[in-house]
Amino acid sequence: MSGFDLKIWFVILVLGIGTYLIRWSFLGAIGNRAIPEWAARALRYTPVAVLPAIAAPLVVWPAATEGQTDPVRLTAAAVTLGVGLLTRNTLLAIVAGLITLFGMLYLSA
Amino acid sequence: MLTPDQRRALARSPAQCLRHGFVQSLPFILVLVPFGLLFGVLSAEAGLDLAQVMGFSVLVLAGASQFTAVQLLTDHAPTVIILLSALAVNLRMAMYSASLVPWLGDATPRQRGLVAYLLIDQTYALSIQHFENNPRLRMDQRLAYFAGTAICACVPWLIASALGFQLGRAIPESWALDFALPITFLAMVAPMLRSPAHIAAAGVSIIAALVFTVLPSGLGILLAAPLAMATGAIVEKRMERLKGEL
Repeated sequence: MSGFDLKIWFVILVLGIGTYLIRWSFLGAIGNRAIPEWAARALRYTPVAVLPAIAAPLVVWPAATEGQTDPVRLTAAAVTLGVGLLTRNTLLAIVAGLITLFGMLYLSA
Repeated sequence: MLTPDQRRALARSPAQCLRHGFVQSLPFILVLVPFGLLFGVLSAEAGLDLAQVMGFSVLVLAGASQFTAVQLLTDHAPTVIILLSALAVNLRMAMYSASLVPWLGDATPRQRGLVAYLLIDQTYALSIQHFENNPRLRMDQRLAYFAGTAICACVPWLIASALGFQLGRAIPESWALDFALPITFLAMVAPMLRSPAHIAAAGVSIIAALVFTVLPSGLGILLAAPLAMATGAIVEKRMERLKGEL
């Protein structure tokens, strides 16, 4: 097994256990004690805080163009965001973004 | 007084509750299967083998965090950063867990342990709604309904991950699949931008992540995420106070 394989399995196991403990937390151990208000407030924003932080650098400096900002990928990202905002439908936004991406890549090839 | 719907729900046997949960969960297959396929495809591109892909989908069973982990593995980010980022994505599930306590808190430890494993966005959303609409359900009816939603949502996710992996190996490198992940994340975030607080949080997250790219890989996320969470919480509080004053 290579070092990379070991790292992947380590991530899978620890992430699996950690995620399980998060899900189990109140239901399994803490019971009826309420989450403090400030914590509940902050927890509501975890997805909107983490996911854009991962996506933003990948959009602006894509790996495939060796970090060169790419109008095609920027447009595809904007279309995804726009369709997602308008329709509130994740799947539709993905489809619109991918069609934009592949369409523009095809036309500019 | 009970509505006809409530009376029907109360009269169901556990087996019928399970079937009811299963049927109500069916529309989610339309979302979960493409996601699972995409996860399999991207994992194959990242160099994972089938056992690892299934390891993620069975042991972690949380889409967004699986995508996060695979992306950061591809970037060769340090293990600690991969784990913290992916776990942060799942923190919202602590809220799900807490809000189910009034409904499932009296189940046996074993049953609660199993519910915890199957607690994903879809099973939670359906179940909490069903429990709140039918507060008089017995515990076995609640658990059976939850089990129905879980079977319907989780099994297709596993199958789709495996199929996606096979598909990923067949797709030529020249396809711009590198960009499927940012598109997926943007598409997940856009419908969440319901309030000024959510928009402010996402905005801070983006700006901070771009500024912090000068830092070693992955570290930027760990700094950007808490900043963005704090922003969301503060803006929410401000908005509430404004509303109170009006």
